Amino acid sequence: MLSTQAIENIKKAIAKYPTKKSASMDALMIAQKECGHLTEDILLEIAHLLDMPPVQLNQVAAFYTMYNKRPVGKYHIQVCTNISCSLLDSEHIVQFFSKRLGIKKGETTSDKKFTLSEVECLGSCGTAPMMQINDDYYENLTEAKVEEILKTLK
Amino acid sequence: MEPNLLKNINTPDSHRIDVYIKNGGYQALPAALKMQTDALIQMVKDSGLRGRGGAGFSTGLKWSFITKDPTIAKYLCCNADEGEPGTFKDRIIIEKDPHQLIEGMAVACYAIGAHAAYIYIRGEFDFGARRLEQAISEAHQKGYLGKNILGTNFNCDIYVHKGAGAYICGEETALIESIEGKRGQPRIKPPFPAQVGLFAKPTVINNVETLACITHIINKGPKWFASIGPEKSPGPKIVGVSGHVKKPGLYELPMETPLREVIFTHAGGIRDGRKFKAAIPGGVSAPMLTEKDLDTTMDFDGMAAKGTMLGSAGVIVMDDTTCIVKVAMRTMGFFRHESCGKCTPCREGTDWTYKVLHRIEHGQGKDGDVELLEKLCGNIFGRTFCPLGDGAVMALRGALKNFKEEFLYHVKNKRCMV
Repeated sequence: MLSTQAIENIKKAIAKYPTKKSASMDALMIAQKECGHLTEDILLEIAHLLDMPPVQLNQVAAFYTMYNKRPVGKYHIQVCTNISCSLLDSEHIVQFFSKRLGIKKGETTSDKKFTLSEVECLGSCGTAPMMQINDDYYENLTEAKVEEILKTLK
Repeated sequence: MEPNLLKNINTPDSHRIDVYIKNGGYQALPAALKMQTDALIQMVKDSGLRGRGGAGFSTGLKWSFITKDPTIAKYLCCNADEGEPGTFKDRIIIEKDPHQLIEGMAVACYAIGAHAAYIYIRGEFDFGARRLEQAISEAHQKGYLGKNILGTNFNCDIYVHKGAGAYICGEETALIESIEGKRGQPRIKPPFPAQVGLFAKPTVINNVETLACITHIINKGPKWFASIGPEKSPGPKIVGVSGHVKKPGLYELPMETPLREVIFTHAGGIRDGRKFKAAIPGGVSAPMLTEKDLDTTMDFDGMAAKGTMLGSAGVIVMDDTTCIVKVAMRTMGFFRHESCGKCTPCREGTDWTYKVLHRIEHGQGKDGDVELLEKLCGNIFGRTFCPLGDGAVMALRGALKNFKEEFLYHVKNKRCMV
């Protein structure tokens, strides 16, 4: 069940558009921030709020990569491996995380703290290699910098 | 050239409205509101401004396609999806100078008769989206947005719409579908968005940097803008340089700056004493150029003459240690991931070419694979709804044209030649 605050935020999103359906992307992200990932029950609840057939909302949730259809760790580490980052050895950063956390790409640590993903260009090519952890960008990455960042993630 | 678009970015608190106003901001909007909309559109036409998203279409002409009928609702969409790999110019405007964009959008709305605008920002730019929300709220408080703007009868609201990780939503009709709360799959054109766009109403879609140019055109005049760079694609241009250079970053340069000057003067040349091998001039969809093309100028027509494109002017520089087969494989991996799945040639073609490139890169290439890639390119190009498939083919053809021997060497020797 979504909280009263989440429902309130979804209603605010609806007010931005002439059609309720347009708020589906905002609503999915509001729900994801609260619940971590999107379950079938949550999708049904949102579909009801937006007067949308559930199948249409499922299509939206399935299409966009940022909606988590499966649980992810408390910290979702997303390393860009597109061209600018890969030229500056982002693969090494991915491998370093993999070794350091004992998980492969796409996996979550057993304590549910970290999920490691490889992602497409995040629009920060001038400061490659870079990554995103939850909502924040981390740029000009090195092994030492990654170690420092990991220390701050409690 | 003195910076225009990037002039505020190093000022402390440049994102705040007071700082923007102190630096000369919100003078263009009152000036525009005193003009007839036809004269305003003519002014933008006269400046020669062409869309900075990559297609390079005349901005004034695009605005002029919108009906003047006041009974029909119209929309402006700002394309802040910035997904083309190698491109990172719009993010800086959004984060460091959001009012430059918002003022430009208010002017554009007035010109086309729109009372609502949406900024479609990629979902990953969470910080940027928050900055925009804050800036919009500041502009409302000061009376630059909302009802009866600056005592006129012009009303305008701007809303932020966050994407959620889909490159295809940078394509204008997919962007519209996404704002309507659907999967971001392109529509067939015609009808063009100027007739049937967002919520089936006439709609203009402009890139962030395009809209950021508007205030400068009004403040300094269309002649000033048109006097910078070449006659047919004038103006200042933000060029982003990434990859194997000493000083990666953003540089605001006049259109027509030679690629050599961009890489070797502004970006400081190649790192670690290595040699230049190739550069992708305008985001990964733009075919790569080599040493012989370094004197090509960075503008729409200069790049087109060399069979590539200015695109987003996101220059990716590669040194002599770069394996072009690997770059091609990674690029095609990107397009395969981002194909929306609507058109078969793109959906299947990007997947097939990726698989062929993957086996060549991993020492399992077969005789005839390079020819197969060329054939696949021909079966994707021009056979899809939107330019994603074309972009994928252009990138691959650029690599094959300039470095065919590297692909053949990989197939024959099962390893890389660099």
